Order: sequence, then C-alpha cells, then structure tokens
Amino acid sequence: MHKRSNEPVFWSLFGAGGVVAALLMPALVFVTGIAGPLGLLGDGALSYERVLGFVGSVFGKLFLILVISLTFWHACHRIYHSSHDLGIRVRRGRLALLFYGFAAFGTVLTVIVVAGIG
Amino acid sequence: MLAALGPNHRHRQDHTMTERLKEINIEVFRYLPEHDDEPHFETYKVPFADNTSVLEGLQYIKDHLDGSLAFRWSCRMAICGSCGKMVNGAPQLSCRTFLRDYYPGKVRIEPLDHFPVERDLIVDQSDFLRKLEGIKPYLHSVKPRAIADGPHHQTPAELAEYEQFSQCINCLLCYAACPQYGLDNEFTGPGVLALLHRYNADSRDAAKAERMQVVNAEQGVWGCTLVGYCSEVCPKGVDPALAVNRNKICSTKDYFLRFLTPRGTRV
Ligand code: SF4
Ligand code: FES
Repeated sequence: MHKRSNEPVFWSLFGAGGVVAALLMPALVFVTGIAGPLGLLGDGALSYERVLGFVGSVFGKLFLILVISLTFWHACHRIYHSSHDLGIRVRRGRLALLFYGFAAFGTVLTVIVVAGIG
Repeated sequence: MLAALGPNHRHRQDHTMTERLKEINIEVFRYLPEHDDEPHFETYKVPFADNTSVLEGLQYIKDHLDGSLAFRWSCRMAICGSCGKMVNGAPQLSCRTFLRDYYPGKVRIEPLDHFPVERDLIVDQSDFLRKLEGIKPYLHSVKPRAIADGPHHQTPAELAEYEQFSQCINCLLCYAACPQYGLDNEFTGPGVLALLHRYNADSRDAAKAERMQVVNAEQGVWGCTLVGYCSEVCPKGVDPALAVNRNKICSTKDYFLRFLTPRGTRV
C-alpha cells in the first residue's frame, strides 16, 4: 500500500546542489566574475597558466565536476517540482525522465569535458 | 436555559445596548444541499463588541437572523479544534479570531479550503481521519509494562523531542493552508505527519519502523515541497514543516541504510 519513494536519491542531490548554489556559486561568481576582472586579487591570480594548473589537478577536476553537476541536479529537481505546482499533473514520469535525464546528461558532459582538460 | 450558559446570553445583552455596539457585515458561504444546486454568499449585519469572536458572530446569525446556518464548534477556547473556517481567505480558528480586527471592512467566512463541503461551513473530514488512523497515533510500548514497573521516566531532552508536536488539536487549518494537499489530496498532509513525528520521536514508542512506511512513500513526506504556510497558520504553535523536514532526513537515512542493515526498515 505504501510504496517506497526513490525521492531520497534526488532530494540528496538537490540538497547538495543547494549548498553549492547558495554558498559556493556566489563566491565563485565574485572571484571569477568581479574580483578577478577588477584586479582585486593581485597580478596573475587568474592567469591562464594558474587556472589551467588548478583545473589540471585531481582536486581541481573533482571540484569543478561537483560544482557544475550538483547545480544541474539542484536546478532540474526544483523545476520538476515547480512544474507540479504550476499544475502540470500528467505524465509526471516522463517529465521526471526529461529533467533528471538532462541533469544526468549535464553530469556526463561535465565529466568528459573537465577530464579532458590539461 | 442554554442561553444562560452560551454566548446567546451575551448577545441578548448586546441587543439591549445595540446603540453602543458597532455593526459589521459578515459574508457567509451558504450551501444547503437539499435546495441549493450551487453554493452562494449571504451577507448579515452583526453587532459586535471588542471581545466578539468570529464564531460568536456566526452564532449571532444562527440565533437571531437565520437558524438554518450550519457550522461546527464546541469549546470556544481554541482547544477542541472544530471551529476552523476560512476567514477572509486565511485558515483560522473562528473562536480565536475577532471581528474587531476586520472592522470597518467586512468579514468573509468560507468552509476550510481543500475539503469537500457537506453543508454551509461544514466540511467532510473523513480523509484526514482515515490518514490519522493510519499512522497509529498512540504509543506502542516495546513490552507491556506492569504497574510495579512504575512510571516511564523521560529526560527533559527526550520530552523536548516531541512536545510541541503533541500540541496538535486536529483542527485541519494546516490542510487548508497546504497547496500540495490542495493539488493532490493523496498527500498525507502536514497535521498527520506532525503527529506521526510526535510518536516516532517519543523515546517510549516502538512502532517507528511501521510508521516509516508512511513517511517513505511518495504521498508521505515526499509530497511536501516546503512551502511552510502550515506552520504559519497553526494555532497551537506546532511546526509541521519542521516535522516533515526532519522526516525527509529520516527517510533518506532509511533509504540508504537499509542496504547496510539486514532487517531493512530500521533507521
Ligand atoms: S498541526 Fe496545527 S494546524 Fe495542523 S491540525 Fe494540528 S493544530 Fe491544526
Ligand atoms: S470552538 Fe473549539 S477550537 Fe474553536
């Protein structure tokens, strides 16, 4: 009668993605988008070589993959649930496949691209 | 006779000093299934004093203006949970809401949202009651205790785990507030999940594994998207949204840890 939901899997990814989107993303946007270009970080802080060195390291790759892919899962989960709130009640299964499929695709793509750097 | 005990008494007094009372328009949702095809609204002029509740306003209408008006109430003191209505669009206990706060505007009273209407302001609560029964809302002891065992002591910390959730009076305001329940009433809903947590979080209880089946379902905690309006409208300071969120964590642990524990359902 009570069928166990698989939601914990998606909710965990959503939660982790939420932390990334709320805490890490603003900091990253500030560092790479504002402080860097304004020269607040000192000379060469975001130089091509330094950034390449970071992304080329195992830690850097892991960091980028997590930040980008978890944000995909977070956003897709949120939009999927908002679609229900907006009254889209039919074909929930297919819609879930679409959204989570997109997040999975984004994850795979991120891994391929990031792994290939450096 | 009754009049001497009930609010009628005061209304009778009110009547004699009407000139000192202000009047407010109360617009009431009316539906008498035996002669109405459709619900409609009727407006009544009701005298009120500073301490006249919305419920007393309805009682004035019933006693003096239209005896056919039907609505539920009992305690008149925010304890029984039976007088919930939509008051100007918000779920409220009508005995705890005062006409003075709406004056000089009007008050519009409707049955609680998201439930089928039986007549006038009376809704059919069976869905809620069925769900409430389904969570076995009582303590299941591990083994029967003899009188000689004495009371089952709890520390203040153990009490604090569930105390606020035990304040629920089954008033259904949180159900009327919950947009997810409104969209799909398969969702177990805030009040029942808060009560479920009340027992699961009680150190004396032993039926957690069984109730977790309700928690873990799509219609359990996973039907909630953390809107939080339930906790705002609760007249007893229960925080159903907190209960649901704690149980999302319980359910997630239960989901992954079942692969590690042989019995599967324990948290
Ligand atoms: S949780 Fe609060 S609002 Fe909901 S039924 Fe219980 S007392 Fe009423
Ligand atoms: S009449 Fe009992 S709660 Fe309002």
